[in-house]
Amino acid sequence: MTRRELFLCFFVMGLVAFGGVLPWARRALVEQRRWLSAEEFAEALSLGQVLPGPNVVNLAVMVGARFHGALGAMLAFTGLMLAPLAIILLLAVLYGHYGQLGVVQHAIRGTAAAAAGLVVAMGYNMVRRQAQKQAHAWRKSGVTAAAFAGSGLLALPLLWVLAVLAPVSMLLAWRGHK
Amino acid sequence: MNSRSLSEVLWYFLGLSMVAIGGANALIPEMHHQLVELRGWLSSSDFVSLVALSQAAPGPNVLIVSLLGWKVAGIPGALVATAAMCIPSSLATFFFIRFWQRFQQSRWRAVVQEGLVPVTIGLIAASGYVLTREADHGAPAYAVTILTAVAMVRTRIHPLWMLAGAAALGALNIV
Repeated sequence: MTRRELFLCFFVMGLVAFGGVLPWARRALVEQRRWLSAEEFAEALSLGQVLPGPNVVNLAVMVGARFHGALGAMLAFTGLMLAPLAIILLLAVLYGHYGQLGVVQHAIRGTAAAAAGLVVAMGYNMVRRQAQKQAHAWRKSGVTAAAFAGSGLLALPLLWVLAVLAPVSMLLAWRGHK
Repeated sequence: MNSRSLSEVLWYFLGLSMVAIGGANALIPEMHHQLVELRGWLSSSDFVSLVALSQAAPGPNVLIVSLLGWKVAGIPGALVATAAMCIPSSLATFFFIRFWQRFQQSRWRAVVQEGLVPVTIGLIAASGYVLTREADHGAPAYAVTILTAVAMVRTRIHPLWMLAGAAALGALNIV
């Protein structure tokens, strides 16, 4: 894989990835180009889930770094963000100009209700999968419920929620691993 | 749009970058509370509108950060917010990845992963709750949220169709 191919792959991925990048990333990296095996992709994803920062950006950095070092990481990151950032800024400017129009406001209000539903579905799927399939489901669901309450119901700062729950949850996991 | 708000955008998202475990979708409650309720940088209805725009556009979820930066300080704000959100965590990922791979079989690696993932799931669920609470006014809006969520869980319909359908219902003033 050349640097050019790396950049172009992530550029196209950013451009076509409507409704979440991960399915598109999997298709491009695992199925079409075979730069990663299915296991490597799952591994990178699970790592991306616990590292700070946007998951897909982390994935781009990992893949870029693996094949072309620091330059590769920068190329993959830039490729991924370039088109979506340009498009979102264009949308933002249009929103700034026309956002006050009644019909636009109403359309966006409808879209926002559906966007909330997308995130609800994502959370629901993750909660359900965790409760059904994995070991220690009660312990994990308890931590999930506490994070939901702290961040959602009590509106505590994210830093506090993490400072309390991350060590507690890891300690519980440590004991469960004995 | 002044330099003070630009530097505030920079510092807020720089700080957020290193605690953003679970990705941009886990950050909605934190950003809503900080930027809407405490700092008053934008209204709640603007916040949910920008989330909707970011979901309807292609690319990573982190674009919500770009839009929030844009709302506060224009295009420079968008660029600063995006860079501040992505660069520290990307550097951390870059340096951490080799270190992490050496511990592929170790117990504490499994412990970190097993400990953090349930937290991120709770944060994403909280994002769904806050978005629903702030976006939905009235029964039709709740119906759209529930219908979208059920469609996403039960069917393989593409999310864009749900967004487009909801936009149409909104434009017709039904939602």
